[in-house]
Amino acid sequence: MPIEIPKIDPNLELIRPGEGSVIYDVIVVGGGNAALCAAIRAAESGAKVLLLERARRSYRGGNSRHTRNFRCMHQVPKGVLTNAYLEDEFFEDLLKVTKGNTDESLARLAIRSSEECYDWMLSQGVYFQESLSGTLSLSRTNAFFLGGGKALVNAYYNRLDDLGVDVRYLATVLDVVVQDRVFDGVLVDIKGEQSYIRAHAVVLASGGFESDKEWLTRAWGDAAKNFLIRGTPYNTGEVLKNLLDKGADQVGDPTQCHAVAIDGRAPEYDGGIVTRVDCVPFSVVLNKNGERFYDEGEDVWPKRYAIWGRLVASQPDQVGYAIIDQKSHSLFMPTVFTATKADSIAELAEQLGLPVKAVEKTIWEFNAACQEGAFHPTELDGLSTKELEPAKTNWARPIDTAPFYGYELRPGVTFTYLGFKVDGDARVSFSNERATNVWAAGEIMAGSILGEGYLAGFGMTIGTVFGRIAGKEAADYASQSA
Amino acid sequence: MQAKALEEANRQLAICNACRYCEGFCASFQAMTRYRSFDDQSIIHMANLCHNCQACYHSCQYTCPHEFDLNIPKALADVRVESWESHVPGTVIAEKVQSNGWIIALLTVIAAILFGLIGNIPWVSDANFYSLISHNSLVAVFTPLFIGPLLVLFMGLYRYWDTVGGEWIGWNDLSVAFKAAGTMKNLDGGMGQGCNYEKSDRYSQTRKWAHHATMYGFLLCFAATSVATIMHYGFGLEAPYPFLSLPKLLGVSGGILLTLGTTKLLYLKMKSDPKLGVSDRRSGEYGFILILWLVSTSGLLLYWLGGTAAAGAMLNIHLASIAAFFVTLPYTKMAHGFFRLAALIREAQLSKA
Ligand SMILES: Cc1cc2nc3c(=O)[nH]c(=O)nc-3n(C[C@H](O)[C@H](O)[C@H](O)COP(=O)(O)OP(=O)(O)OC[C@H]3O[C@@H](n4cnc5c(N)ncnc54)[C@H](O)[C@@H]3O)c2cc1C
Ligand code: SF4
Ligand code: SF4
Repeated sequence: MPIEIPKIDPNLELIRPGEGSVIYDVIVVGGGNAALCAAIRAAESGAKVLLLERARRSYRGGNSRHTRNFRCMHQVPKGVLTNAYLEDEFFEDLLKVTKGNTDESLARLAIRSSEECYDWMLSQGVYFQESLSGTLSLSRTNAFFLGGGKALVNAYYNRLDDLGVDVRYLATVLDVVVQDRVFDGVLVDIKGEQSYIRAHAVVLASGGFESDKEWLTRAWGDAAKNFLIRGTPYNTGEVLKNLLDKGADQVGDPTQCHAVAIDGRAPEYDGGIVTRVDCVPFSVVLNKNGERFYDEGEDVWPKRYAIWGRLVASQPDQVGYAIIDQKSHSLFMPTVFTATKADSIAELAEQLGLPVKAVEKTIWEFNAACQEGAFHPTELDGLSTKELEPAKTNWARPIDTAPFYGYELRPGVTFTYLGFKVDGDARVSFSNERATNVWAAGEIMAGSILGEGYLAGFGMTIGTVFGRIAGKEAADYASQSA
Repeated sequence: MQAKALEEANRQLAICNACRYCEGFCASFQAMTRYRSFDDQSIIHMANLCHNCQACYHSCQYTCPHEFDLNIPKALADVRVESWESHVPGTVIAEKVQSNGWIIALLTVIAAILFGLIGNIPWVSDANFYSLISHNSLVAVFTPLFIGPLLVLFMGLYRYWDTVGGEWIGWNDLSVAFKAAGTMKNLDGGMGQGCNYEKSDRYSQTRKWAHHATMYGFLLCFAATSVATIMHYGFGLEAPYPFLSLPKLLGVSGGILLTLGTTKLLYLKMKSDPKLGVSDRRSGEYGFILILWLVSTSGLLLYWLGGTAAAGAMLNIHLASIAAFFVTLPYTKMAHGFFRLAALIREAQLSKA
């Protein structure tokens, strides 16, 4: 369900910069991974910290509660991480996915610091587990959280509790008051009551704007109305917008977001990891007119799943249908919703609400274009169609063995790229000049490093590294100005 | 078994199987990854592997108010308890005893009255234990009380083994299973950090230790009785035994452990969240812990009061609680120990492949 965004009450005139006492050293805006890391570090440095999380307690932790791992550099086998994953290889991997759209010095800082993050996270009560079944390819590069992101978030909140940090839930920051690059306080709505709270420094860690459909619609057009949001409904980006309007420097393309193809029956928000459908490489994918539109077998799924959100988004009504037959039914991770199942293609098309004749024709043509050859589900097997447009260049086997299965696919938005431009201290700038006491961490500044594309597990790495830096810097600043 | 609990567990497990974030917590989740979809057999197996550590609830991003409404600890507990009740002969009795703690209390009172009558226990003290109640009448009463319920329980286990497709049991299966049970492997959270039973989303080792005290205390008491029986019949050595004798040493240390363990378990249960446990069976669970507590505590007091005026009354309570414990054995939470062991043995067989 979309959530309601409280509006600033114009009658109250609460904002009085410079007036009233400063109770807190550091205010942290947000309650996900980046915010928590910042708050812990600030409190560990002796600061009195207030964390403002918009969600209720059971939904705390933003998109971080949906994550499963973080990407971590290491020289030798480390805990659950096998072999070694060195800085240069990590950076090469990043260059590949971002096509160079990154800030090298920030990226290398994140990469190099990721190693010590592993031990730091352990010391904060996070536990790691072996690579989950079906994700062996990540066992060298990504450390999986035992119990997933919500367990990590729980550990951090418990740590805040031990450190005596004040945490407020259902606390929406509506305005961040900055004058001449100096932060004064925030206007916040806590459980329907609005107040102005001042502090010596602020860390902004309230995520992207992927949950604001209006904003997405401005960027994507009406197609965005059919998008599903994979994560929290709370990341509507008003803090980001608020400060960009006040002249904070920005990075990242406002029209871009990371989207994958997910099960069309997923909830509108918060469906998380389980809504993924991994059958595409073994399927043919049709649009609502029963036509194919892209090479389903272009590459192994982990390298291609992220383009399918976009592909489906550009089809009529932003919907696609992946169709497989009995031969492929057990080749991919189980899905959360059961597939539509039928004994003939015609019947399946009918159940999926697709034009029967067109679907039959497409499948017939596809089957006729399939060639003899060895099929290897786990590697590029070169089993390609012949003289078919678009071709399917791997795993092309005829769809001919009943029962047949179909999944409806829709674009599922993971995160947005637009954010604050920061420096190596995680400091926000206005017109290319550093703010005095404003820091940012996590998705809200990740665009500096992830200009486009995505590298699995890097979102949490960025949040942890820059969250820690921001928290420490903010606390140090506050201790000098207190 | 009723379809409702199984259906609900099936619905939830399908979501877990697409997620698998909790894979590292316990054997139930490791078993889960072997399946693409679930049938009654696999669900009942996973349910009996689950120790209700509750980690998978607190770590789950899909708990209520999320529309997926996940609560695996509860879903599996419901299937688990139903599976004991439906596999032992006398399902209706099992349901009643599991859901009404007062039944066991009532049985204790009835037994106490009966013992008073048949044993003609004089309410005065005497130095000699068997002047309070004759050894022969003890044996006459307790042998059938002991054998009968055990037979019922084993019939239930036999049926269960069939349900979960169990195979011929090898030494290796047993050693793996006993090791897991003896260390409470599945209550350690996967990385030794403990469970989430009484401290919400913080981990804690308390329940594991309380359970260890209870389980090993119980086994020590059981050993004490067995040794005493052997000494009595094999060597003609009759009770009372001196403090530095095997039955006394085993019995007293076991009794102390059992009393401490059950006291703590009781406290933990009161602090735990009923929403994450089995539906409608909390009263029976309390009843079960209390009867164990009463057995051990009355035993200890009996030893301590030996030779005083109160010993007769205490003996009556002790024997009555033991009788109530045994008669209800296949129908109380005591079943969990046996079914859990069976599940661990089955899991050892399945995970070999
Ligand atoms: C389904 C899914 C799976 C993912 N898996 C992974 C993974 O395995 N590894 C990985 O590295 N990345 C993963 N990501 C990406 C990852 O979630 C993000 O990169 C990361 O969580 C960002 O952390 P954050 O703290 O910046 O933002 P979030 O965790 O989203 O936190 C933002 C917080 O700000 C709060 N907030 C928003 N607005 C306000 C306001 N106005 N006032 C107060 N609070 C506010 C929100 O309630 C929320 O608590 C995944 C994303 C999704 C959607
Ligand atoms: S309990 Fe929740 S987090 Fe754990 S595996 Fe199941 S769905 Fe995933
Ligand atoms: S409650 Fe604990 S033991 Fe039971 S399934 Fe969940 S994690 Fe496993």
